[in-house]
Amino acid sequence: MNENLFTSFASPTMMGLPIVTLVILFPSMLFPSPSRLINNRLTSIQQWLIQLTSKQMMLMHNHKGQTWTLMLMSLIMFIGSTNLLGLLPHSFTPTTQLSMNLGMAIPLWAGTVAMGLRHKTKASLAHFLPQGTPSPLIPMLVIIESISLLIQPMALAVRLTANITAGHLLIHLIGGATLALISISMISALITFIILTLLTILEFAVALIQAYVFTLLVSLYLHDNT
Amino acid sequence: MGGQCGGTGDAGVPGLGALTARHAPRSPASTQVVPVKEKKLMDVKLGELPSWILMRDFTPKGIAGAFRRGYYRYYNKYVNVKKGGVAGISMVLAAYVLFNYCRCYKELKHNRLHKYL
Repeated sequence: MNENLFTSFASPTMMGLPIVTLVILFPSMLFPSPSRLINNRLTSIQQWLIQLTSKQMMLMHNHKGQTWTLMLMSLIMFIGSTNLLGLLPHSFTPTTQLSMNLGMAIPLWAGTVAMGLRHKTKASLAHFLPQGTPSPLIPMLVIIESISLLIQPMALAVRLTANITAGHLLIHLIGGATLALISISMISALITFIILTLLTILEFAVALIQAYVFTLLVSLYLHDNT
Repeated sequence: MGGQCGGTGDAGVPGLGALTARHAPRSPASTQVVPVKEKKLMDVKLGELPSWILMRDFTPKGIAGAFRRGYYRYYNKYVNVKKGGVAGISMVLAAYVLFNYCRCYKELKHNRLHKYL
């Protein structure tokens, strides 16, 4: 039972060959590129969603920040589609792997910090000391602010990993409990099944929300630094 | 037989005009022999099957081309239509689930209901 619970998070192999690259590339097949003025229904729906999201997210940036639109839109589409596909039975979700989330979080965060240090050096260094702090507290506060800056990429990666992994684990556990309870007491199995349904609805929401939060925070760091 | 339908030699047999025009060499008679390499799989006779398989392009470029053709065939039939429905993408997702199930089957075998474990 213990071995079974975590085997769904193992890197996918088929007949001994790792196919994790194929699994990561699969969501891109579901987003066909628009080739005409008026496209088929799938492409039109995706176009409309992307325009809605990009307007919502990129309006708060100035011109320099809006050059990041393509990056942030691809990010939210990738994380959202990967998380949603992970809700299908037996599938592998790449965003449960901390390695991949670190690989997404650290370069993006470092890019925003580097951009801020390069273009607005004084302002980005000034972020280390909030306005109006009493003089004796300054050294400690600089240390605290720098730690909070350095922890941003870790928090981004770990938040996404932990949320998705925890959701999947809960679904596995409660699903297993429902199956086990059927032969013992039908009523409690029914209650557990209702809990499972609610949990699945929650997981759909979490999948999308986590994508949104990840991208929003990156864009927030960008806003601070442009 | 070809000329009596009133069309050109390429569209000799009614209904098969497009197929023969694409895959057969342009010739006056539609009953001319088509080389094995250019036949589609359904037209290859059983005896010709080994030679047909050996003549296919198995280089990486050929395999990539085969995947591309297959993708566009599916896409143009089910998704890229005027009134596409949910079936186009659900078939892909169902195939994805099936693929993952086959991948995990070894670990899932243990969950079968046995009377004696």
